[in-house]
Amino acid sequence: MQKQTVQILDYGVGNLSSVCNMISKCGGKPVLVSKAGDLNLHEKIILPGVGHYCIGIDNLKSRGFEDVLREAVFVNKVPFLGICLGMQLLFDSSEEGNGVGLGFIAGEVKRFSAQDYPNLKVPHMGWNTVKVRKPCALAKPEDEEMRFYFVHSYYVSCQNEEDILMTTTYGNEFVSAVNKDNIYGAQFHPEKSHRFGIGIFTNFIKI
Amino acid sequence: MLQNRIIPVLLLEDEGLVKTRKFKDPKYIGDPVNTVRIFNTKEVDEIFLVDIHASKNNTSPNFGLINEIASECFMPLCYGGGIRSLEDAERLFSTGVEKISIQSSALKDLSIVNQIASKFGAQAVVVSLDLKRDFFGKVKLYSSASKGTVNKDWIGFAKAAVDEGAGEIFINSVEKDGTLSGPDIQLVYDIAGSISTPLTYAGGVSSLEDIKNLINAGASAVAAGAFFVFNGPNRAVLISYPRYAEIKKLFI
Repeated sequence: MQKQTVQILDYGVGNLSSVCNMISKCGGKPVLVSKAGDLNLHEKIILPGVGHYCIGIDNLKSRGFEDVLREAVFVNKVPFLGICLGMQLLFDSSEEGNGVGLGFIAGEVKRFSAQDYPNLKVPHMGWNTVKVRKPCALAKPEDEEMRFYFVHSYYVSCQNEEDILMTTTYGNEFVSAVNKDNIYGAQFHPEKSHRFGIGIFTNFIKI
Repeated sequence: MLQNRIIPVLLLEDEGLVKTRKFKDPKYIGDPVNTVRIFNTKEVDEIFLVDIHASKNNTSPNFGLINEIASECFMPLCYGGGIRSLEDAERLFSTGVEKISIQSSALKDLSIVNQIASKFGAQAVVVSLDLKRDFFGKVKLYSSASKGTVNKDWIGFAKAAVDEGAGEIFINSVEKDGTLSGPDIQLVYDIAGSISTPLTYAGGVSSLEDIKNLINAGASAVAAGAFFVFNGPNRAVLISYPRYAEIKKLFI
């Protein structure tokens, strides 16, 4: 059987080798794409990312990725997964630097507030569990309890409740994964979450 | 709920893994890539890899080997040893290392912490402190590069490191290293209230009970070497790690 290609966007933000390693481990063929012109508009796409919201969105736009992503995701409906900052960039806006995002999913990105929970350490770093809120290709509510590795200071707030895929508790309950049609997003790092991450990527490759 | 991390510490010497006792007598443990593969199957929270030769011998990190190890590491990986510049850090991050741990360079000049944290974020920079008690039981900073104590207040130094952008402080008891004789828990009590970042303790951990006590004392994470690589009084090499169900029970 031919290996499924998964394109990983290289837009100068964060470390891509762990995502590539994980895709290979899960039986896919990772392809790094650093130029908009090189993106295959009919193959799966992963948008990774670590760092500042505004640098992420500026890098993505200045490399011309915005239009080609829109075409691949909304016209061709290719399965698309945003990870960490890559998921946050899919939203309308962020409190981090008042950044304006891609607007693929309705909602905004907020900072964990020390006002609500004075003892809450930010960033939220380490392993935490998720609750799966709806069945989708990546996970199902009846799956065994899953846990993932998180490192983030901001979280997403969905405008539409039906876009919420997973929630996690850190102080309050926050949205730790989203899904809208062929668009998926994870706040955690499945590429660093051994068995549970392997499950997510294997399911994504199979879509 | 966010879980407290339990972290195996692996010491790299040349191309192999070793375990020391009180920072001496390195005993060969095995091949690093194979060992990481075993820890993968045990679903460990994180791996802390330290090259114990790099700083001492003033050599650079072994980037090729670290890359090989990182590519087998499907959990977070922190690397320390011989990091002297922003360029070293950049190269490590591009190989798939999540966090880097700095000690000797930070003792010389904390501005390296600031440089790396500004570019890669506080979460990517750990500052590690080796601590040794003197004849009177007073805690001293120890430099493994110079093999001697450093005349600086250790808690003040940790606070300054956090101010410069360190996202985590890692403290390691030199006397307890590899002894499996129980931790120096007072170190955790002494520092936990003074720093705002996560705190990881290592040294002497010999049981799940030790881990629980350290967490209760204020550590966010507990690291251990001998506890996860040795078995029995003769220190036979056997890789182990508590099962998730056991860890969960521990923190209820």
